[in-house]
Amino acid sequence: MHLRIQIIAIVLSVFVLVAIFELVRKRKLREEYSLLWLFAGISFLALSIRRDLVERISAYMGVSYGPSALFIAAFLFGALLALHFSLILSQLAERIRILTQQNALLGLELTQLQKKQNSTESKCAANVAECGETETE
Amino acid sequence: MVKSRYLAIVPAYNESASIEYVVKSLLSLPLGLDVLVVNDGSKDNTARLAGEAGATVVTLPCNMGIGGAVQTGLIYAKNNGYELALQVDGDGQHNADEIQTIVEPVVSGDTDVAIGSRFLSPKGFRSSRIRRVGITIFKIAIYVLTRQLITDSTSGFRAFNSQAIAYLAAHYPCDYPEVEVVVALKRNGFRIKEFPVRMKERQGGRSSITPIKSAYYMVKVLLALTISFFRPPEKPAGKV
Repeated sequence: MHLRIQIIAIVLSVFVLVAIFELVRKRKLREEYSLLWLFAGISFLALSIRRDLVERISAYMGVSYGPSALFIAAFLFGALLALHFSLILSQLAERIRILTQQNALLGLELTQLQKKQNSTESKCAANVAECGETETE
Repeated sequence: MVKSRYLAIVPAYNESASIEYVVKSLLSLPLGLDVLVVNDGSKDNTARLAGEAGATVVTLPCNMGIGGAVQTGLIYAKNNGYELALQVDGDGQHNADEIQTIVEPVVSGDTDVAIGSRFLSPKGFRSSRIRRVGITIFKIAIYVLTRQLITDSTSGFRAFNSQAIAYLAAHYPCDYPEVEVVVALKRNGFRIKEFPVRMKERQGGRSSITPIKSAYYMVKVLLALTISFFRPPEKPAGKV
């Protein structure tokens, strides 16, 4: 029974590691964001191979029931990941703000330039001498 | 392109009912203002009406909220070398003919930033009860943080000199702007003064503020203010 769950755990963690590696390789996941996931996958793999590690770590932490230490670790990892995402989201929101503003201001500049060009073009039609002048500008 | 040294920034989100009136009353002032309407991703024809009324219109591709909109105007003011920027709401609550009240003290160098306060004026629209409670709480918070009494911190009727423009173009607290801007400016050594103005009720359209949102907003602003107090002051871009 123990062996079976161990094999399942190892297969699962290897699968997770391979999946993350594949995502990064196909450029669907950025390297910098894959670090936390890889770290989790490797820890999971280590714990599956060396079952006594869970017991030892929980004993060291003063937790009498091994699996509950595992739950705490899993919960902490989840919380850390959520914080990491909020951080990235804040950065993205900031960048989007700057891009939106620049985009809007560039749009305005473009329409102003077009208007200017249109008016010089119509001047051209009326006065050829002035047209030559603006072209050399 | 720049005709005037003064720019009026009008943030507008779905203000088609009032924007024409606001732009025209600003353009008719003897000050000779340039008027920039920052169309904050409106779904109505605010942009077209503002343009037809004679304003320069910059359209944000998506709605960013008042902070992002006003900052866009301030960046424009900085890039085009305006000496003074005004912020005027697009809903027609502010009296264009009172602009002189906040322009004059900034031009004369009496202050860096002038805010029009409805509570210093004996007359005019006072806003709803719940909003006044919020404003009172902000007043206390701002006093604790900056030792200055600002009676109308949510007022969107303001004038900035070029140093304040440069500073805010780079560091505008976009999330909860009106109140936070006051604290950020004070923390960075700018002078702020309030002047009495009358306010009218909205000329049309609907306010974007609801009671539940207001309470939530207040908690967030107070949190943001408290945290901002623990930040070191940034160096104002214009004062280096």
